[in-house]
Amino acid sequence: MTAVAQKRPVTLSLILSGFLILWLVIAIFPFAWTLWGSFKVEGDFFSKASWQNALFGPLTRLEHGSAFTGAGYYGAWVQEEFWRAALNSLVVVVCVVVVSLTFGTLGGYALSRSTYRYAFWLLLLALVFRAMPPLTLVSGYLLPFYQWNLWGHLPTAIIALVAINQPFTLWMLTAFFRNIPKDLDESARVDGCTPFQAFRYVIIPVMWPGVITTGLFSFLLAYNDFVVTSMLLSKQNQTMIPKIASFLGTTQTEGNVMFAVSSVVSVTAPLFLLVMFFQRQIVSGLTAGAVKG
Amino acid sequence: MKHATFLRFFLPTATAMLLFIALPIVSVLIQSVHAPHDRVVVEVENCTPFGCTKSTVIDQAATERLREEKPQGRFVGLDIYRDRSHLAFSEIGEAWNQATGAGDFFARLMNLPFYRALVFTLTYMVFVTPLSILLGFVVALAVNAIPRLFRGPVIFFSLLPMIVTPLIGALILFWMVDSRGIIGAAVQWLANDPNLSLKASTTLTWIMLIVYGTWSTAPFAFVVYYAGLQTVPQDSLESAMLDGATRWHRIRYIVLPHLMPLTVFMFLIKIMDNFRVFEPIVSFNAAAHAQSLSYFIYSDLGGETRLLSSAAATSVLTIAGVLVLLSPVLVRTWRQFGKA
Repeated sequence: MTAVAQKRPVTLSLILSGFLILWLVIAIFPFAWTLWGSFKVEGDFFSKASWQNALFGPLTRLEHGSAFTGAGYYGAWVQEEFWRAALNSLVVVVCVVVVSLTFGTLGGYALSRSTYRYAFWLLLLALVFRAMPPLTLVSGYLLPFYQWNLWGHLPTAIIALVAINQPFTLWMLTAFFRNIPKDLDESARVDGCTPFQAFRYVIIPVMWPGVITTGLFSFLLAYNDFVVTSMLLSKQNQTMIPKIASFLGTTQTEGNVMFAVSSVVSVTAPLFLLVMFFQRQIVSGLTAGAVKG
Repeated sequence: MKHATFLRFFLPTATAMLLFIALPIVSVLIQSVHAPHDRVVVEVENCTPFGCTKSTVIDQAATERLREEKPQGRFVGLDIYRDRSHLAFSEIGEAWNQATGAGDFFARLMNLPFYRALVFTLTYMVFVTPLSILLGFVVALAVNAIPRLFRGPVIFFSLLPMIVTPLIGALILFWMVDSRGIIGAAVQWLANDPNLSLKASTTLTWIMLIVYGTWSTAPFAFVVYYAGLQTVPQDSLESAMLDGATRWHRIRYIVLPHLMPLTVFMFLIKIMDNFRVFEPIVSFNAAAHAQSLSYFIYSDLGGETRLLSSAAATSVLTIAGVLVLLSPVLVRTWRQFGKA
C-alpha cells in the first residue's frame, strides 16, 4: 500500500536506510568474523601483529599449507570428544521439548477452558515463577539432589528444565487455546465425548500451529541453557554449552582456544537453520503475548 | 470445566512446578537459616610418665555422623543474612559513621560483595532495558520504511543476536574485544594507546557488558515494535494528515500512543530478564570487575567448597528483589481482578 501517509522525505529515508545498514553490520559481522576465523590457527585469529592476519591467515598458511584449516574442528570434535556433548544435548533438547509440550498443552488447555477465578491466579503465580532467576532455584536443588543421589544424571536436568520452562509454556499455550473457539469442544461434549476424548479428537488436530511455536521456544531454552546443565550434570553427561565453558577454563593454557571457537560455530549453525526455517513462527511467538496484551 | 477435570488436566504441570520451583524456594529458605556444622572437637588427655597434657582433636567420625544426620547444618537464624557477604548491617553502620562523604560511603559499600553485585545488577538493568528498547524501536522504524521484498532477510539477520545462546553470543563479542581481536585493535588505534585493554578496567568492563546486553536484547524490542507498527490505524493517520498534522505530530499523537501498551509489556519482560544477568559475566571472564546477583550465587555454588548456605541467603534476597520489581504489576492486577 502506498498511502500518502507512508511517504517520507528523501533525507529521512536516507538516514533510516543508513541506520539500518549499520544495524545489520552490527548484528551479522560478529558471526561472520567468528565463522571465518574458526578456520584459522590461534596466532592468526588472535593476532598481535595485525588484524588483517585473521583475514588472510599467514600463520595458518605456514602451519597447514593452506589459508583454511579444520584443525580447530578436529581438535574439538574428535580429540576433546565434543560429539559426546552434542549427543547429550540432543537427548536433553528432545526430551525437554516433548515433555514440556505434553504437560503444557494439557495445563494450558485446562487454564483456557476454566471459568473459575483460580485459573487467573494460577497464571499470575506462573508469571512470578517465570521471573525467578534459575540460579536461585538451582541453589535449592543441590542439597536434596546430593542426598537422594539424583545429581549428575540427564533425566534430572531434563525434568528441572521442563519445570523451569513450564510457566512460559503455560502462558503461551493458554493464550493460544483461548483463540480456539470453545464451541468446538463443547459440541463434542454434547455429542457424548468425555473431556479427554474432546481434547483428543477435537482440540489436538487443530492445535499444531501454536504447539510448534511454543515448541520452538522450549527448544531454544533447553538448547541455550547453561545454568541448569552446568550445575546439575556430571562431566560425563555434560551438554554442549557447559562443555564450551569448560574449554575456556582448560584449553586457554594449552593455547587451544580455537577448540572453543570452532565449537561455538558448531553450536550456532543449528540455530541459524532454525531461524531460517521457522522465522515466521518465532516472530509470531515473540509478538503473541505482546500484541494481545 | 469442572474442578475435577481441571485438576486432571493440570496435574502434570502443577506437579512439575511444585516439585521443581515451589519446593526449591522453600528449600532455599530453610537452607539460608542453617550454617554448616562445626567440627566436633573432643578434649583428650595424654598422660605420660611426666604428667598429663590436655589437647583438643577433631572427632572425624562424630563430625561425619552429625553431617549425615542433619545435612542442612545447624540452625543459626538470620546470622547468614547479617554477615559481611550479605546484608552486612554492622559494616554498613561502620561505613556510615566513618565515611567522609557520599562518595566515600559508596566506595566502602562497593567493598561489600552483596552490595557490589546488587549495584551492578541494577546498573545493568537500568541501562540495558531502555537502551535496547530504544534501539529496537529505531530499527523497527527503519525496517518499516524499506520495500517489503527486503524485509524477510533483514528480519532474519536482525533476530540472530537474540536467538544465539547468551553464553556464546557474549563469547563471540569477547573474542573480538580481546586486545588481539579486531574491535580491541580498533579501540587501541582510536585511543592511540597500544596497551589499552578493555578487560583491565572496571568502567570499560561494565560498558562492554551493557553494550553486549543491548546488542542481544534489541532484536526482541524490534520484533515487537515491528509487529505493532503493522497495526497502526492507517485511516487515523490519513485523517490527521488532512487536518494538517505534521509528521512529528502524527508520530507523537497516533503512533506512540498506539505502541504504549507494547512498551509497558516489554519493560516488564526485560526488567525481569535483565535482573537475572549471568552468562555474559562468565563469557567475559569479568567476575573481578563485575558480579551480578546470579553470578554471586553461581560462584558460591561452584568450586571445591560449596557454600550452600551463603548461596541460599543470596537467593532469598534475589527472590525478594524480583518480588519488589514485580510488585507494581501484582498490585495493579490485584486491583483490577482481585476484588471483582
